[in-house]
Amino acid sequence: MFAHIDCNNFYVSCERVFNPSLNGKPVIVLSNNDGCAISRSNEAKALGIPMGAPAFKYKEIIEENNVHVFSANFPLYGDMSNRVMSILATFCPMQEIYSIDECFLDLSGFDVDLKEYGLQMKERVYKWTGLPISIGIAPTKSLCKVATRVAKKFPKETNSVHVIDSEELRIKALKWLEIGEVWGIGRQYTKKLLAKNIKNAYQFTCMGDDWVKKHMSIVGLRLKHDLQGIPSIMIEEVKDKKNIATTRTFDYNTENYEDVKERIVTFTTKCAEKLRKQGSCCNSIQVFIATNFYRKDLPQYSNSICIKLPFATNSTFELAEYAVVGLEQIFKKGYAYKRAGVFVMDFTPENNQQLNLFQNRNAKHIPIMKAMDKLNRKYGCDLLRLGAQAPGKTWRMKQEKLSPHYTTNINEVLTIKV
Amino acid sequence: MKKVFQTKRFEFYTAGIETKLELAYYGDIRAGFPSPAEDFNDERIDLNKILIQNPLSTFYVKVIGNSMEGDFSDGDLLIIDKSLEWKENRIALCFVEGEFTLKRIRIKNGKHYLVPSNSEFPIIEINEYNNATIWGVVAYSIKNHK
Repeated sequence: MFAHIDCNNFYVSCERVFNPSLNGKPVIVLSNNDGCAISRSNEAKALGIPMGAPAFKYKEIIEENNVHVFSANFPLYGDMSNRVMSILATFCPMQEIYSIDECFLDLSGFDVDLKEYGLQMKERVYKWTGLPISIGIAPTKSLCKVATRVAKKFPKETNSVHVIDSEELRIKALKWLEIGEVWGIGRQYTKKLLAKNIKNAYQFTCMGDDWVKKHMSIVGLRLKHDLQGIPSIMIEEVKDKKNIATTRTFDYNTENYEDVKERIVTFTTKCAEKLRKQGSCCNSIQVFIATNFYRKDLPQYSNSICIKLPFATNSTFELAEYAVVGLEQIFKKGYAYKRAGVFVMDFTPENNQQLNLFQNRNAKHIPIMKAMDKLNRKYGCDLLRLGAQAPGKTWRMKQEKLSPHYTTNINEVLTIKV
Repeated sequence: MKKVFQTKRFEFYTAGIETKLELAYYGDIRAGFPSPAEDFNDERIDLNKILIQNPLSTFYVKVIGNSMEGDFSDGDLLIIDKSLEWKENRIALCFVEGEFTLKRIRIKNGKHYLVPSNSEFPIIEINEYNNATIWGVVAYSIKNHK
């Protein structure tokens, strides 16, 4: 079983922690560069202000309803995120941080009442940080996401924690979920499926494998299996996000600064790659490091820092430089580090960068990045690396259970002897 | 110490724990008779460790102005730990009538009351109607005595 934890309207909730009088009132948080809504309270959603809405277009609604408007405070959100993630990590050593406000916990082998365990997480996060979270628990990650949606939609009935642990509950939830709301099914596929009269997630899981594979690629097929309760999907496959995270638990503890730095640079490289893939640049980068909470015998330390970049970028070189500056600020000697991660956030579309005469962005990086992505895609993940990244496999993620990328990497397709 | 938020009377900071300040520890101070053990004492104190028991739930809050009732004055630094239990007589940062304020917690017959140090102000009961809430408990406060 996995748990998916999602902070409710995260940026708005962070603002409310420090200004409780905003509770129950419509609040939106705007991106710094283009003034679009990137977080909305339930009250603001009810007024019909959509995600990504440019504030100037909704000026009347905002003024008439006295909507409280904030511009994004990423250092604050980053710090609060670090607290939430660290608290959740104390509940389960296998944590996968998916974005600034979402993570998965692998609860395999946990002999506990899962609902009760979820409630404990929710209560501790709320007590320690003031932030409300919703939790979905299910046999696969995409079913967890479905369960979280149920928990969010029915906070009173579920107490914000929903567990899908039977076939009956799985089908009930999938029938309830509209097809356009399914994690990983974009607008294009929604149109296609609606045209075939597929209106909810359950109907989608009843489609034939061949049709799904033909029209929605192998990723669509994996998603279908995942929703059927067979773990099939890797979360990296679901893209186009408002913020991107790369975080890992190390194979072993390390006190060595160079080791941690190498990890941070590698994570930054991954984030930059994902940014370029979805055509975004970021304006802020956050770095975090933490010791192993489960080694009570060792001194404990965790910290994070959010750096506002002087210009929007998706260059690996530039991002790595700032990530290392951040790491230098928070790295403390004498601690054995076990987890680290990099977040990029506050996005601007790549083709929409503000012209700035004095910006440092190095245009020369663009063709280099393009070549780097192309080669790495062609010959496997890490052919081209920055000097600060370690060669070899010493630090590869623990992926023993992962089958080869049979269908997506030309070097790993099935081979047969004849 | 990073400032993350400001209200009229308080500034909120995240607790910076990157550095440590180690001071030699000379035992408890008792007027008159120095303990003979002090000659051998080489234990060191990291103030961060003492003042911040739970970094995940700790926030620094700075007091602005002198309008604060009683115990606190301009520039005092409060170390607030949200994970601490609400116990009788603890001082808490509270949110009452749209403002942050410092009150003492009193518990009577299972009911929680917020007591101001200035007796001219009313005692407030925490209930679902008046929106009075306890934000966090003051673990330590740092006062400038210079």
